[in-house]
Amino acid sequence: MGMAALPAITMLPRPSFADVPATSAVNTTGLAVTDSEVTVGILHSVTGTMAISETGSVEAEKLAIEQINAAGGVLGRKIKFIQEDGASDWPTFAEKAKKLLVNDKCAAVMGCWTSASRKAVLPVFEQYNGMLYYPTFYEGLEQSKNVIYTGQEATQQIIAGLDWVTKTKGAKSFYLLGSDYIWPRTSNKIARKHIEGHLQGCKVVGEEYFPLGSTQFNSVINKIKLTKPDVIYAIIVGGSNVAFYKQLKAAGIDLSKQTLLTISVTEDEIDGIGGENIAGAYACMKYFQSLDNANNKAFVPAFKKMWGEKTVIGDVTQAAYLGPWLWKLTAEKAGSFDIDKIAAASPGVEFKGAPEGYVRIHENHHLWSKTRVGRAKADGQYELIFETADLVEPDPFPKGYQ
Amino acid sequence: MLGDYSIGDLGAILAMQGFAGLILFSVYVLMALGLAIIFGQMGVINMAHGEFMILGAYVTWMTSNAVQHFAPSLFPGYFFLAMILAFIASGALGMLVEWALIRHLYKRPLDTLLATWGLSLILQQAYRSIFGAREVGVELPDWMMGSWPATDSIQIPINGMFVMALTMLITIAVAYVLYWSKWGKQVRAVVQNRVMAGAVGINTEKVDCYTFGLGCGIAGIAGSAFTMIGSTGPTAGQLYIVDTFLVVVFGGAASLLGTIASAFSISQTQSTLEFFLSGSMAKVITLLTIVGILMVRPQGLFALKVRK
Amino acid sequence: MVINSRFFNRSELIGFFALALVLFVILPLFLDIFRLNLVAKYLTYAFVGIGLVLCWGYGGILSLGQGVFFGLGGYCMAMYLKLEASSVANTKIQSTPGIPDFMDWNQITQIPLFWKPFHSFPLTILAILVVPAFFAFIIGAAMFKRRVGGVYFAIITQAIAAILTILIVGQQGYTGGINGITDLRTLHGWDIRTDHAKFILYFVEVVLLFGCIIAAQFIRLTKLGRILVAMRDQEDRVRFSGYSVANFMIFAFCAAAVFASIGGALFTLEVGFMSPSFVGIVPSIEMVIYTAVGGRMSIFGAVWGSLLVNFAKTSLSESFPQLWLFGLGALFIAVVLAFPNGLSGIWADYVQPRIDRLLASRKPKSAPGYVADGAPAE
Repeated sequence: MGMAALPAITMLPRPSFADVPATSAVNTTGLAVTDSEVTVGILHSVTGTMAISETGSVEAEKLAIEQINAAGGVLGRKIKFIQEDGASDWPTFAEKAKKLLVNDKCAAVMGCWTSASRKAVLPVFEQYNGMLYYPTFYEGLEQSKNVIYTGQEATQQIIAGLDWVTKTKGAKSFYLLGSDYIWPRTSNKIARKHIEGHLQGCKVVGEEYFPLGSTQFNSVINKIKLTKPDVIYAIIVGGSNVAFYKQLKAAGIDLSKQTLLTISVTEDEIDGIGGENIAGAYACMKYFQSLDNANNKAFVPAFKKMWGEKTVIGDVTQAAYLGPWLWKLTAEKAGSFDIDKIAAASPGVEFKGAPEGYVRIHENHHLWSKTRVGRAKADGQYELIFETADLVEPDPFPKGYQ
Repeated sequence: MLGDYSIGDLGAILAMQGFAGLILFSVYVLMALGLAIIFGQMGVINMAHGEFMILGAYVTWMTSNAVQHFAPSLFPGYFFLAMILAFIASGALGMLVEWALIRHLYKRPLDTLLATWGLSLILQQAYRSIFGAREVGVELPDWMMGSWPATDSIQIPINGMFVMALTMLITIAVAYVLYWSKWGKQVRAVVQNRVMAGAVGINTEKVDCYTFGLGCGIAGIAGSAFTMIGSTGPTAGQLYIVDTFLVVVFGGAASLLGTIASAFSISQTQSTLEFFLSGSMAKVITLLTIVGILMVRPQGLFALKVRK
Repeated sequence: MVINSRFFNRSELIGFFALALVLFVILPLFLDIFRLNLVAKYLTYAFVGIGLVLCWGYGGILSLGQGVFFGLGGYCMAMYLKLEASSVANTKIQSTPGIPDFMDWNQITQIPLFWKPFHSFPLTILAILVVPAFFAFIIGAAMFKRRVGGVYFAIITQAIAAILTILIVGQQGYTGGINGITDLRTLHGWDIRTDHAKFILYFVEVVLLFGCIIAAQFIRLTKLGRILVAMRDQEDRVRFSGYSVANFMIFAFCAAAVFASIGGALFTLEVGFMSPSFVGIVPSIEMVIYTAVGGRMSIFGAVWGSLLVNFAKTSLSESFPQLWLFGLGALFIAVVLAFPNGLSGIWADYVQPRIDRLLASRKPKSAPGYVADGAPAE
């Protein structure tokens, strides 16, 4: 308990190698940094209901750390990680975050998945001045010195996709669906504002929410049949997804004819849904496993080599992979592990080796990234249909969308 | 919202919505049957009921993989084999649990709740360790997916009809076993008066063990069938547990007919409300109605007239 | 307060002082503030446990919906703290400054009516005590008057917990939804996030805990407590004797609700937020299990149970995150099968006699009311 920090303080500074800066120089605030090691935390749920989703993130973060270590580490130091289990329980997240910061003195924490867990740990990171790399696409409306959001915020993910679907499919009417919590609700709110305010002649014909874990969608499917929307816009999460797509298919809605756009189904979810049940649906996010670029061609085999041939890589998994790399690049730019210096140096940091292509940290600690639309295939992979020409600017507090 | 549609459209939707309600009804009956036996007949509160269902789902998944691997030509029919295996696996686990755990607790029904809750934690973690934390996708034969077009605008999901047929079959089987077979008479005798049943030569321990196994086995079949409509993951079982208990309690615990009647009324209420309200609100109002009615009529819809 | 020998018997007196020694002296001395704050979190469940000892252990009414009352207390406190944290100065970036952030995100521009009383601290305290009691009264009156008990009551309370969770999650503009009410900062201008504040809050909580212990002990020792036990064992005979069984049950249930609510309010203060994940079915059952592990017949047992199970949960999940559920599940089964009276039962059956023998005391051990294997616990 609290011992991890001790060596850093008590050990006399050894004569360092020419390219390894002295510990006293890169760590002025008592983080767990020694002459050869730096400690980071991994904080995800490996038990409980969220373990389904968060497993991929843990795997990606471990891969990134291993690769960074193989390439010489950060500022000449190997990364050592301490993994804690949030157990799908928000106070446990807050408690473990505090442990990682206060007792283990982690220089950075890669972690959290749901909005609720992030909201629970945010005050802890702000109070104890830690650095969190948060991988999930999320609802926005947040910005903190102590968090780098490596997933997309809502407007990045939503607006380009809606523009694309109206332009190429001539869509005029939308049916909005979601699981009943903040991310789908906020995202649908942004979608509605965009559809009604910015797209000519388009309207929302229905909007509905279901309790998390709900498995009965036959009634809403009937309503969809009644209203005949051009686009079903679905933000359903977790196990409900499986029920929704299976029932959609069973009800005779053919996704090759009916346009369905989702922002919540990654390759991970398709694993549970079954590719044959969702083939034809469009997903709008920033990364698909099938992306055809050099970075991704190196990343996917490395990931599979470490975690098995059968694992799939979704958007969030890729975003989680960015966390350790961005932190390494930032630390090297700042020449220090100090949280304040990392936070200050973050804007402008570029990661050219990102599997999604190229990302850059914005002033607001979110990432500039491209938005892509993919079409689900029966083998569980997405086929890239469209990508924005330029990086999309993150805008967590969008004017006119609140 | 109904102004813009033709009579034909509305008729079709009404028919399909009615069918959606019937599917929900079958799902509820299937969920609750196993529990109606365990809770209704034996008085055991099995909080691990959902986990027994998920065991059935995992067995189905394994069967699906095995059949695809070893005998792909049999794939279209594998589901029937999977359901039988699910019944056997869940039933066997149920009998083991009864022998190791439940039989010590018959006199303390509330304690079975705690013990089976512990059991459900263990099972969940076991699934997670064995099958991984991610959900597994159970691949179904093509003929089970898709829908049957009754008319141009009315489409009936095939898996829905499958669930309905299965529910009917199992209900009849259970009713036969409990009310007409010799063994069913023994079960009911033990429920009504354990000491007396023992005195006339019924092996009460054996009856208990098989009854519990039967209940769990039916849960396994339900889990197997639910791979058609729901997800299969380590914690998916917890989604079902509250609904299931409410169906059984609302029906009047000891009555099979009550369970069916309550599943019918709950499913119709919910699917009607879902059509006019949002999914979340429909759920809240349905639950509130059930709780409200239970407060007025605590014995449930159909209670056995037993003097306390 | 004068604690005479009739209020606590000898072993209870030892238990009382042992607990006081541990909570007031030993833990604060040996734990760093992080661990002490964890202990404070565990202890909030002890409040629920004490209530459960009264209504379940003594009254025989098992409620699987104590999370509802825990949540009500917690939300009352959280609403007060949130309003204080949402001053116009703190919420400048919102489109409507001066209201809680989640309301702003949901296009609510005015503080809703039911939030208004929570501007005032005394009203908040009053709400923490009265709101759960009121709810418990309604539920209890409806059910006990109709002689619903045992398993049915357990399942109905469970359904109520499910309903409240779905409601809170669904009405996120008014309740913060699934994220709950987060980012709480000050209590009456006093920053509750600092280590110093956590230290003081810990002692406030322990004092309140002992207040509740004494109150529960008082209830237990009055005639009321004895009637509760009588009802649990032979409800009909009590009814034939002319007592209104329902009223006593309602009282026990309300008392348990108030204790749980106090625990919830303290939880919000200690942890710094409140969310629907403490209202639902899973936390409610877990709270029952802490009590069962500690000993459903023992007030002190409930406190120890909450402490030890949570401590085991934290430390097991730190060292073996993949395996702790196995351990936890096995613990529950073991407690139910082998030690129906929990830790306090083990203490009374195995440890106490040895101590007595060591002290050569000839007093016969008295442990009336323990659940024997055949006793009707329904």
